[in-house]
Amino acid sequence: MNRNTHLSTLFLAMRRLRAPLITLIVIYGISVLGLSIIPGADGQPMSFFHAFYFISYTATTIGFGEIPGTFSEPQRLWVLICIYLAVVGWAYTLGALFSLLQDGTFREAVSAERFGRAVRRLHEPFYLVCGYGETGRRVCRALDQMGLRSVVLETAPQRVGEVDLHNYLADIPVLRADASHPDQLRQAGLGSPHCQGVLALTNDDRANLAVAISARLLAPQIPALCRAESAEVAANMASFGTRHIINPYEKFADYLAQALHAPNAYHLLNWLTGPPGTCVERHRDPPRGKWIVCGYGDFGRVLVDAFDQEDVPVTIIDRDPAEPGEHDRHRRVRGDGTGAAVLERANIDQAAGIVASTGDDMDNLSIVMTARELNPDLFVILRMNHFTNHELFEAFAADATVVPSQIIANECLAVLTTPLLERFLEEMRQRDDAWAGRLLERLTGRFGWMVPSVWSVRLTERDAPALHTRLQRDAPTITLGELLRSPHDRNDPLDAEVLYLCREGSVHVTAPAPTLPVCLGDELLLVGRRSARAALALTLENIHSLAYVLTGAELPGGLIWERIARWRQSGR
Amino acid sequence: MNLEKVIFGFFIVLAATLNFGFFVGDLDNPAHHDIYELFAAIVVNFIATVLKFGDRTQIGAVHLSTSLVADLQLIAAALVWGYGVHIAGVGMSPDITAKVVSLSGGAMLANVVSIVILISETIMQRR
Repeated sequence: MNRNTHLSTLFLAMRRLRAPLITLIVIYGISVLGLSIIPGADGQPMSFFHAFYFISYTATTIGFGEIPGTFSEPQRLWVLICIYLAVVGWAYTLGALFSLLQDGTFREAVSAERFGRAVRRLHEPFYLVCGYGETGRRVCRALDQMGLRSVVLETAPQRVGEVDLHNYLADIPVLRADASHPDQLRQAGLGSPHCQGVLALTNDDRANLAVAISARLLAPQIPALCRAESAEVAANMASFGTRHIINPYEKFADYLAQALHAPNAYHLLNWLTGPPGTCVERHRDPPRGKWIVCGYGDFGRVLVDAFDQEDVPVTIIDRDPAEPGEHDRHRRVRGDGTGAAVLERANIDQAAGIVASTGDDMDNLSIVMTARELNPDLFVILRMNHFTNHELFEAFAADATVVPSQIIANECLAVLTTPLLERFLEEMRQRDDAWAGRLLERLTGRFGWMVPSVWSVRLTERDAPALHTRLQRDAPTITLGELLRSPHDRNDPLDAEVLYLCREGSVHVTAPAPTLPVCLGDELLLVGRRSARAALALTLENIHSLAYVLTGAELPGGLIWERIARWRQSGR
Repeated sequence: MNLEKVIFGFFIVLAATLNFGFFVGDLDNPAHHDIYELFAAIVVNFIATVLKFGDRTQIGAVHLSTSLVADLQLIAAALVWGYGVHIAGVGMSPDITAKVVSLSGGAMLANVVSIVILISETIMQRR
């Protein structure tokens, strides 16, 4: 339903009120006419003005009595008729009105109209989130905490109600609608100049594909982040240039492959992208022995591919293993892994690790519990499908738990809020693991194992006005080290470090030295404590803080003091 | 033949004819302008307006707007009349009569536009 159909629903509602309204008009007309004809006590009929006045208060059952004059008997007889006529008229009209307000399609039209108005009134950047499941919820909450707006489209009515229950700091407009319809997306602000990105997070790959296509055609300049669980849909999305396709299983398989061949880089990635406020433990690295994969679905397939790339032997347990055609390097065991017999047939006692990757949470738990009984040293990777079971998964304490909704949410947030992070991680992949190890050693030595704040800063007039003015005014060289000092005491360095610097003309530096001078237009990826982020923002925005940080001189504040200072300087 | 169209056309034309009946005569002579005719014109105009509710075509929208204009003019005429007789107490003086009648003349123009639209719509329909 687009705007026009909503309007026409309102018209339809008006059409349904036609009959009651005409009845009311006729009743009023007859009543007023009668009163203005029938002679009163003085022989003169009432004027139209008085008749309308009298009918107005009688018909609405206010009833003052016989005002403006005492009535004659014929007038009383007529008024008697009028009273009953009016009651019938109003009862009919109000009944029709209330039944209309109860009507489902009408209410939907009204709520859609209200939603559209709320979106059109948004004059700040917002993200369009399609699907308010576990992932959508995580993303909305995180965006809200970062002070960013979101607009939600969701098909399930009870989840639509949930948006209002999860008290967010800002109002989040939400509409019960199918995001795969382009006009619904338009209604939700796709194509609006304030829309910063589209996130297709529904659990239906086809719907996500539809959103990706709409976003590509209707708003090609904004990023679209799309969840895709099957490889075909992901390939389809990629074929028309969707920029960010997030397949949680592939992402995890990537991580796992990285953990197998570059454990330090994997730890660094974990530390940088973990959920804010959590502590990343340096857990044991996945061993390179024989692995068992239980469940050969979408996730299992991707994992086996990842193991193949790392040349790790894999045994597959599945209820219905596909015929061993091109993949006959793997041993296949038929069965469902929850019983000891099947696991023993897969040689669990010689295995180094096991992945429970079926779509059923209870099966997965049952598999790994049996497996640990049989082989306590096993490295366990557990897939969690539903967040409602998270207590059980926490109690089991697997070496790694795969939560698809969390992987997607983290990836979305990283892409949206710190676009440079992705490029840094790409860079890290190119380097050797020892380099990542040294970097990790240094950063965690300085900031601890708590997940740090990771953010990017663009040195432009808009984001760093003070620095911009200063660099333009007297063009001195300012180095990174000079900039990263506390605006409260410049002898203290800020608890932050630059990980990646990106300069115009595709120059980029990974982990730049503090002596590197900054230029206008540079984009920095920083890692550090939360307080350092606010402090740096102050330095970049406030000309006084910047002057203090760079030179140690306290600039005078206020117009008068500035004048006096200038006068003194010129006098000297 | 469509009963809805008959009723629709009936009220639109009736609104215009009643309006015209009130309007004709000397501008400032109250004897030429019957107050009951004004009342009837107002009621019929209201009904015609409600009948135009809910038509989602472009022509329907124009119909509704012309009808609303006529309503507005007629209500203004009734208010002026009520003001002259009951509040100012001068009765139907030539001055007041002229005001009422000229307002109803404006309403009539809107009604004529309505009728023109109705006729052109009918002619355009080749059925």
